[in-house]
Amino acid sequence: MKRQWSILWAILVVVGVLALTSAATRPPKPRDLPSSDPPQVTSVQTAAAQVDAELARLWAEREVTPAPVADDLTILRRLSLALHGTIPSLEEIRRFEADDRADRLDHWVAGMLEDQRFADYFAERLARAYVGVEEGQFVIFRRDRFKAWLSGQLADHVPYDQIVREMIAAEGVWTGDGEVNFLTAAFANGSFDPSKLTARTTRAFLGQRIDCAQCHDHPFDHWKQSEFEGLTAFYGKLALTPAGVVDRKKKQYRIKEAEESDDEGRLVEPAVPFSDEWCGDEGRTRFELAAWITHAENQRFERAIANRVWALMFGEPFRQDRPVDDLPDPDVDPDLRTLDLLGADFRAHDCDLRRLIRVIASTQAFRMSSVHPETANVDLEALSDREVDELRTRFELTEETWGVFPLVRLRPEQVIGSMLQATYIHTVDQNSHLLTRFLRFARENNFVEQFGDPGVDELQERVGTIPQALLRMNGNLSRELTEPNPFLATGRIAGAASTPEKMIETAYLVCLTRRPTPQETEFFVKLWNDEPRRNRNSVAQDLYWDLFNSPEFSWNH
Amino acid sequence: MHRSVHHWLRQVSRREVLQLAAGLGVSYLLPGLEARSAERRGSERPTSLITLWMAGGQSHLDSWDPHPETEHGGGIQPIKTTAPEIQIAHTLPQMAEQMRHLSVIRSLVSKEGDHQRGTYFVQTGYRPDPTTIHPAMTALVARLMTNPNIEIPQHVALATGDNFSVPRGGYLGDQYDAFRIFDPGNNIRNMRRQVDEKRQERRLEGLGIVSSAFSKQRALQVEATLHEHVVQQALTMMTSDQLQALELDDETEETKQRYGDSRFGRGCLVARRLVELGVRAVQVTLQGFDTHINNFEGQKAQSEILDPAFASLVQDLVDRDLWDSTIVLCIGEFGRTPWLNVNAGRDHWPVGFSCVVGGGGLNSGVLIGATNPELAYGERQRPQAEKTHPADPIKVQDLYATILSRLGLNPAEELITPIGRPLALADGSPIARLLPGGA
Repeated sequence: MKRQWSILWAILVVVGVLALTSAATRPPKPRDLPSSDPPQVTSVQTAAAQVDAELARLWAEREVTPAPVADDLTILRRLSLALHGTIPSLEEIRRFEADDRADRLDHWVAGMLEDQRFADYFAERLARAYVGVEEGQFVIFRRDRFKAWLSGQLADHVPYDQIVREMIAAEGVWTGDGEVNFLTAAFANGSFDPSKLTARTTRAFLGQRIDCAQCHDHPFDHWKQSEFEGLTAFYGKLALTPAGVVDRKKKQYRIKEAEESDDEGRLVEPAVPFSDEWCGDEGRTRFELAAWITHAENQRFERAIANRVWALMFGEPFRQDRPVDDLPDPDVDPDLRTLDLLGADFRAHDCDLRRLIRVIASTQAFRMSSVHPETANVDLEALSDREVDELRTRFELTEETWGVFPLVRLRPEQVIGSMLQATYIHTVDQNSHLLTRFLRFARENNFVEQFGDPGVDELQERVGTIPQALLRMNGNLSRELTEPNPFLATGRIAGAASTPEKMIETAYLVCLTRRPTPQETEFFVKLWNDEPRRNRNSVAQDLYWDLFNSPEFSWNH
Repeated sequence: MHRSVHHWLRQVSRREVLQLAAGLGVSYLLPGLEARSAERRGSERPTSLITLWMAGGQSHLDSWDPHPETEHGGGIQPIKTTAPEIQIAHTLPQMAEQMRHLSVIRSLVSKEGDHQRGTYFVQTGYRPDPTTIHPAMTALVARLMTNPNIEIPQHVALATGDNFSVPRGGYLGDQYDAFRIFDPGNNIRNMRRQVDEKRQERRLEGLGIVSSAFSKQRALQVEATLHEHVVQQALTMMTSDQLQALELDDETEETKQRYGDSRFGRGCLVARRLVELGVRAVQVTLQGFDTHINNFEGQKAQSEILDPAFASLVQDLVDRDLWDSTIVLCIGEFGRTPWLNVNAGRDHWPVGFSCVVGGGGLNSGVLIGATNPELAYGERQRPQAEKTHPADPIKVQDLYATILSRLGLNPAEELITPIGRPLALADGSPIARLLPGGA
């Protein structure tokens, strides 16, 4: 009897393992073309038209001529980079090109937002603003749990104001309740640092930096040190207990004037800097702070997220010369009315992040070319210094008013995501082979570390660095990925293409999401033909290398 | 773009030009060698900074601040050194020979007891602050003392470990992050092209073709990205003779043995070569000081790596007349508790720890500060902020102000951060006792 049981167990285990393996490695599900409900598409377009009209007003006022519309594949590439952190796969490009609906882009945006890759990718981007990038003290801070929680909220379509309220008013254990890590991220050297939480709260949720008011009144804004302290006092009762993070009712928030002094310090009560009525009447706890931050009349809240999402879509905040979380007060700068329009629409639609993204993706600004007639095919060498300066000054105005799509350096996770995607024909996502997903994960972390993670300030303008150029040109990954391996696109495209023209076109599509120009085709076809048959793989390899190292690959356009 | 294709091609054949030039004896065509010979020696030479980073937190009691009288002194015996006032642990015999060139501070004080925060503070001289990322001291040196003759990275981190211990450029920009080499002398990461010269030439020509359509259409924008500039600099680096400074092929076996067969040992040797070349800012990391368990064995093993490498570095710099133009600082994020925990380990201790500093014309043989392990043990239940500081406490900021002023920089000079906030290079004042003429 015993023996029979153990055989049965063995069979069960084998069957279980087989079932799991086949589930994990099953081929991708066939995909339908994405689609969205037509009235919703119309409503998004109407909201986008308001933004277009506002930008048109700016252009007329500054005498700026906007660039023409970009082609659909370029826009698809932008969307894929912004929402999934990679370029589109060949599979996606083919399906997109086979879609002949006039408003296909609108449907594709909606479809991309329902993909799990969106929830995961945006969770990481937003987590940077909420808990930073440091792993911190593992015992009381679990960044992975926070990210998993946030990704779940996004996937479940939880309204954004509710997500924010749950973070600010969180209670419990950081392993079980992911949102608690918003608070424990500010735990260091044995205690909570409430001012760190105030700085995060105002930056991430109000889009304003008042942290310098921690030590003195803000040098060029109106923020007072006492206002910073009042906000901080909301977090002043935080305590770690065996039951997790709670507010200890009797704990007082006190500030010592000098760090070494012996007195117990000045008592500070929780207080908001304006519109106290938004807090409600219950008391002055983190729950009321959350209500105040997200209150329907608190315009800063919606402007902050509109500016952040704009920055994630374009690579730069709406006001390019200031950090994404450093906006002036509402109604101060009339040039920022676009953010008010986006914010109002976001509020009117239940703080729906997807709606905000769809509206931005439908604007003329987002669909505009990065080629502008004023600078296209201009030979700078042929101009005098004065003429170049004049051109530059005029063009800066065009760039400032979003009259041309900006060139923005891809962030490291986008570069690696794109390199890996370019070497697979199918989309690398949750339906991918387990091994492919594992490779992507392992390589991404390693590459991002070598490339240099820009951290919390990832939306600030930055130039490339020499170690990055060296990594792209000579790194192990670029060598592995350009090797003609039968499992990677390099090998498969070179092997399967019927003609060199076809091979070159496919390589361009998977790397740059466009077809080669006749001049480019001619150049590489000649290389191909000049090479003896046995060496032709090296031409494909070098072509990949060229595409990976081109500015077009590394810069969003 | 128009220029770049040709420029790239020129870069590729540069090596051939150099070979030709060398054959003809036309040395002025050899920028790498010229740079090397242009570097003066002695005190007229601009000063470089080498930081030996003791990652994880070196136990000061088991190295620069032995206390055999305490219960938890743990069999460490103090030995006399060539500096009359300074005694160090018997596990550092070669360093004992070199101490006449160096000074010891035993009373550094920090508020940061976490590795990452402590590292940030000790590398930058500023506490972590959400509004700004401060540059590490080595990044400031690389930026303010850039050597125009150097084609390879100006700020190098050797034998790197945890990501956060690699010094960063902070608000100076990513281009001032240290260039990282994990295994010095063995692997100059990503510096060598993947294919032979002929094929590299083909690749660069193809790259020119792929880039040109894109760039022509966006003349001003692409220029502003500096993409081509950066690629060109990278290519220059790849073909530069100065890369030899990162390799150890022309060092004798005896020399390599002297420094020790470890990543740290090779790192110290490469650091010497970089300084000789004229690189101003180098960090060499020695990992593994975080001895929460079996402290004595752990620290002893670390000393065995540190001792020959540090001592050989000092000796070689002195022998080569580079000591007056090189500051060497040996420091980590904090020290370790003056008592043992239940696992015979020592935990983090930012309230009174040691560093060793010398060279660059700093006074040597100076001993600053004193810790009191018995008192610290008595106060072990007190929160960190209420512990008694060691005698003659020294701020990390003051140490950096001292180093900066020896480098010829003004520590009070302010740089404007990208958000318009002025910040001093170091928020402290120089320690007079370490400066020439100081008491």
